[in-house]
Amino acid sequence: MVVTSGKGGVGKTTSTAALGAALAQAGQTVVVIDFDVGLRNLDLVMGAERRVVFDLINVIQGVAKLPQALIRDKRNDKLWLLPASQTRDKDALTEQGVASVIGDLRAKFEWIICDSPAGIERGATLAMRFADAAVIVTNPEVSSVRDSDRIIGLLDSKTEKAENGQRIEKHILITRYDAARAARSEMLAIDDVLEILSTPLLGIIPESEEVLRASNLGSPITVSNPSSAAARAYAAAARRLAGEVVPMTIPSDRKGFFDKLFGRRAA
Amino acid sequence: MSIFGLFRRRASAPVARERLQILLAYERTARGQLDLVAILREEILAVIARHVSVDHDNVQIKMDRGDTVSTLEIDIEIPNSAGLLVSAGA
Repeated sequence: MVVTSGKGGVGKTTSTAALGAALAQAGQTVVVIDFDVGLRNLDLVMGAERRVVFDLINVIQGVAKLPQALIRDKRNDKLWLLPASQTRDKDALTEQGVASVIGDLRAKFEWIICDSPAGIERGATLAMRFADAAVIVTNPEVSSVRDSDRIIGLLDSKTEKAENGQRIEKHILITRYDAARAARSEMLAIDDVLEILSTPLLGIIPESEEVLRASNLGSPITVSNPSSAAARAYAAAARRLAGEVVPMTIPSDRKGFFDKLFGRRAA
Repeated sequence: MSIFGLFRRRASAPVARERLQILLAYERTARGQLDLVAILREEILAVIARHVSVDHDNVQIKMDRGDTVSTLEIDIEIPNSAGLLVSAGA
């Protein structure tokens, strides 16, 4: 599965970490792969930045074996990370190399989640190339919706499945949603986005301060604060990915009287 | 500003929705055309290459989409020195 968006900064890496961790928490074996060669960040969001020795490019070039490059999550032994390289040339990512790494991982994991870089260049097209399913992360905002539309076009034409005449399973994940602003028609509504993109919805992640707190701590939000609204929304989205029918709700962080009174709280 | 002005100013989502619908309808057709032109270009080149050697840069293919009819413009420059592989009419 690829987590993609076209536009940068909409929450691909956060969503990859949160969905990967949620699936692992549900007992599935998961590997998350960072495809952002040169600008890797999934390691940082997962709190594994100091444990990176070998990376995806090393494996593709035969410098390291796949098991040497895989990093097991410290909190969940079913969750693994394959980091991107930080310094090497982007052209080192070859289609053949990616195909072989993904082929090997398919034998070992129930879920392979590819965190796509922003844009529509090589890294992004290779991240989606061998996917069976795609999560398109979209903010309810014009430029993000436009870029998602473009990415949907690529998913339907440039993936291996599409070229073989098969359909890639696509899901929209709306992030940074503010229900109050949408209710006041200050923000695109969920139905507007779904109608424009004509793609089914996987989940709605409410705008939440907890997302930043989770990345500050280097822990997927479903692990760092499972009871937060965003974590509950990600957990529900992960259950839908696994085939469960979960009613679509927009969780909210109801603030208690004291939280409202004192506002900020040290994270 | 009147209270009505305040409400009008706030409802920006319908504007976003309409702008996106118009833009994406246009971009989706443009994207399809781009693919079609690329395919035509490759296939036309392949046919020509069987008989004449032409430079890829000397083949211009353009599509103009009108309301009722579209036109496909093909402009191929063949240098006189590029010997025909088969004689005309053969």
